[in-house]
Amino acid sequence: MSFINYSSREINCKIVYYGPGLCGKTTNLQYIYNKTAAETKGKLISLSTETDRTLFFDFLPLSLGEIRGFKTRFHLYTVPGQVFYDASRKLILKGVDGVVFVADSQIERMEANMESLENLRINLAEQGYDLNKIPYVLQYNKRDLPNAVSMEEMRKAINARNIPEYQAVAPTGVGVFDTLKAVAKLVLTELKKGG
Amino acid sequence: MGTQLVMYEEEFTKINAVCDRLTKDANAKVVFLVDKNGQLISSAGQTQNIDTTSLASLTAGNVAAMGGLAKLIGENEFPNQFHEGAKDSLYMTIVGSRVVLVVIFDNRTSLGLVRLRIKKASDELTKIFESLVKKTDAPGAGSPFAEISDDDIDNLFSE
Repeated sequence: MSFINYSSREINCKIVYYGPGLCGKTTNLQYIYNKTAAETKGKLISLSTETDRTLFFDFLPLSLGEIRGFKTRFHLYTVPGQVFYDASRKLILKGVDGVVFVADSQIERMEANMESLENLRINLAEQGYDLNKIPYVLQYNKRDLPNAVSMEEMRKAINARNIPEYQAVAPTGVGVFDTLKAVAKLVLTELKKGG
Repeated sequence: MGTQLVMYEEEFTKINAVCDRLTKDANAKVVFLVDKNGQLISSAGQTQNIDTTSLASLTAGNVAAMGGLAKLIGENEFPNQFHEGAKDSLYMTIVGSRVVLVVIFDNRTSLGLVRLRIKKASDELTKIFESLVKKTDAPGAGSPFAEISDDDIDNLFSE
């Protein structure tokens, strides 16, 4: 749910990175944080455990520039991927404008991908959103690993609807900004429709 | 899905005035008004050394987590929260079930005074947000972005 302020001429949108544990959601945000100019970003906040697993969320505010005199700001959030943090995951989805589903390409994580995608669908529905209607893109992460499943199989498993998809290697940044741009564009297009 | 939050000049000025007055009346250091989704709406007082964007996001996260806890024990929400620090303390109040009023204060004031002043400010803010929602829902209040073109969006992403 975006926030439009006519007075300060700002528009703020919320994007959530979703996906199974250890798929690379936090790594996406860290890469974006490291590669953006200081004046366009705020602090990267990570609420994580002592072993660096996301406990509640990561948060990164980004400014993208102006559209027709309105400053556009995107608030990027990740959810905790581990199955037992479901209650926290639901909270992060409140007021979401766009979703990135980060899938782990490794063969042994295929089941976790499917489970997490189903979990996303259910949790969105609980908040009154329909995954088929909100701005949503897919990222196939860890494409560099030897045990990565073929793209054809990935698509068959989690992209039956043929939504925009990007191959990525998050630690080196491959596909990271393509994914972000794609979802940000979809969110703005939705706003244009009056969403 | 709730309605989009749209802020207009008139209400924004009123909201800022309420926050300013609360800062003075409660003798507080800082006052913030944050949307439940983590967007900062207004701030007043000594905000220079505070990362307001992070504060807004963490406030929303905290209120959401406490709301989740409330529901687990059969409460609708916990409308007020108080966190006491060694020097500075923090008081959060949910206003109109939509926004969160955050007051940061130190020992130059008292919890009692802060609570008293928050009550008054909270009532005023509730009224302002009610009129804001009416305005947003009024016919003809279309998206300000209806006019933008695909090119405008593309331009944002050109290197």
